[in-house]
Amino acid sequence: MEQPSLSISPLQNNCSRLRVEELRFLSNGPYTFTLEEGECVGLSGKSGIGKTQLLRAVTDIIPHSGQLFLDGTPAATFSAPLWRCRVTMVPAESFWWYDTVGDHFAAGFESQSIKKTISAVGFEEDVFKWRISRLSTGEKQRLALVRSLCNTPSVLLLDEPCSSLDAYHTTLIENFIQHYVQQKNASVLWVSHDSQQLKRVAVRELCLEKGGLVERREKHF
Amino acid sequence: MDVIALSVWDLGIAASLVCILSLLSLLLSLGLEWKILLFSCRMTAQLLFIGMVLRFLFGSGSLPLVLLLATVMLLAAGREVLARQNLRLKGFTGYAIGTGAMFVSSFSISLLALLVIIGVDPWYTPQYAIPLLGMLLGNTMTGISLALDRLTDQFQKERGIVEQRLLLGQTWQEASSDIRKNCMRTGMIPVINSMAAAGLVSLPGMMTGQILGGTPPVEAVKYQILIIFLIAAGTGFGVISAIWMSGYYLFDKRHRLCLERLSGTGIREK
Repeated sequence: MEQPSLSISPLQNNCSRLRVEELRFLSNGPYTFTLEEGECVGLSGKSGIGKTQLLRAVTDIIPHSGQLFLDGTPAATFSAPLWRCRVTMVPAESFWWYDTVGDHFAAGFESQSIKKTISAVGFEEDVFKWRISRLSTGEKQRLALVRSLCNTPSVLLLDEPCSSLDAYHTTLIENFIQHYVQQKNASVLWVSHDSQQLKRVAVRELCLEKGGLVERREKHF
Repeated sequence: MDVIALSVWDLGIAASLVCILSLLSLLLSLGLEWKILLFSCRMTAQLLFIGMVLRFLFGSGSLPLVLLLATVMLLAAGREVLARQNLRLKGFTGYAIGTGAMFVSSFSISLLALLVIIGVDPWYTPQYAIPLLGMLLGNTMTGISLALDRLTDQFQKERGIVEQRLLLGQTWQEASSDIRKNCMRTGMIPVINSMAAAGLVSLPGMMTGQILGGTPPVEAVKYQILIIFLIAAGTGFGVISAIWMSGYYLFDKRHRLCLERLSGTGIREK
């Protein structure tokens, strides 16, 4: 897997991290927006308007029309699995299919970096031995986030990442994501119903409507 | 050695047993009485018809007629595979996957048996070709329909898991590997189990028939062993290729799970 590079090559100059042009799916769109490097953008909108479907279209798991570019490179030049490794969606509900937590992480989850990561979201190291059936919804949600970061994506599409978390763990996750963004210079599209949360984490907010996006820029960050 | 010919009365006695069963069903209000009678009549008519077809075919022994009957059998089996699925693979492709898998396994194995193993001359002698193909088709049909029924059911139920794995950057092959393996096992296990029971619990039908027809038991057993090997291999190959093809059908080029290519409400039509 290619690591996201921190240096900007001349070719990539003036290129947004993620550029979405005229994206249409189902009967929604067209949507056009960009995410810059290291930028966290909030996405809000009425329930059922298609926020989740927008994320699914951007990560290319549902059919859509329009153009997607990562660092200026069109999505079509990536294989679909590679695209999803670079532009990774973390759904609100996570799914698990093996018996233990560790089975879901690629080999090498014993490494130091992942141990540090796992403690940053509030777990002990022995969590990898836990059985899935023992996990609470909130624990699953936090672990699913860590699992999605294993490919070190350059763009994260988060669908209500704190929906099952208490206030303490919400803060933990918010800080954890911001740390990841700074460290990897990644971009985030953050779907939330909580406008207070979006004010805390995002530089600007996109409001999703059936036929387009309305941008709201926040002064503070 | 000649078989004792059955008279109409002999069959009538056996049929009266079914009539008694139907009466019992009425008394116990099982609601099966008409089904029992109707399907008994249907079975009798179908078998009498095929008996006459075979008599004609054996008399003429022409290649085009053998191929025609073989095609009809294959298409009927393909329809049956589709009818046994709760959720179907949509459209012509759905039909073609089941039928194609049976064609590949049953036809090629029958050909191999006729040409190489039994070595009958000419290879399409209907006395050998039609029963052999019939037994292979019947068994691969059961295996393939079991496997495909489970496959569509699992993709519907475990959609969340499959999509989660795709979202993590797995290819469709990786994301569906557990389901596909599972379904291949489901399709093959009955035929493997039947090998364990053969001779101990059940006397396979073909062997019984040959013995009734006067073939020495050991000769009949040798044929039965041959047939079971062919059936096991045919079912296995058929199941594997059907699952493999439906994988390509249910995912698109961008590794997306396309459940809209399944139709059906989850209610069995028959």
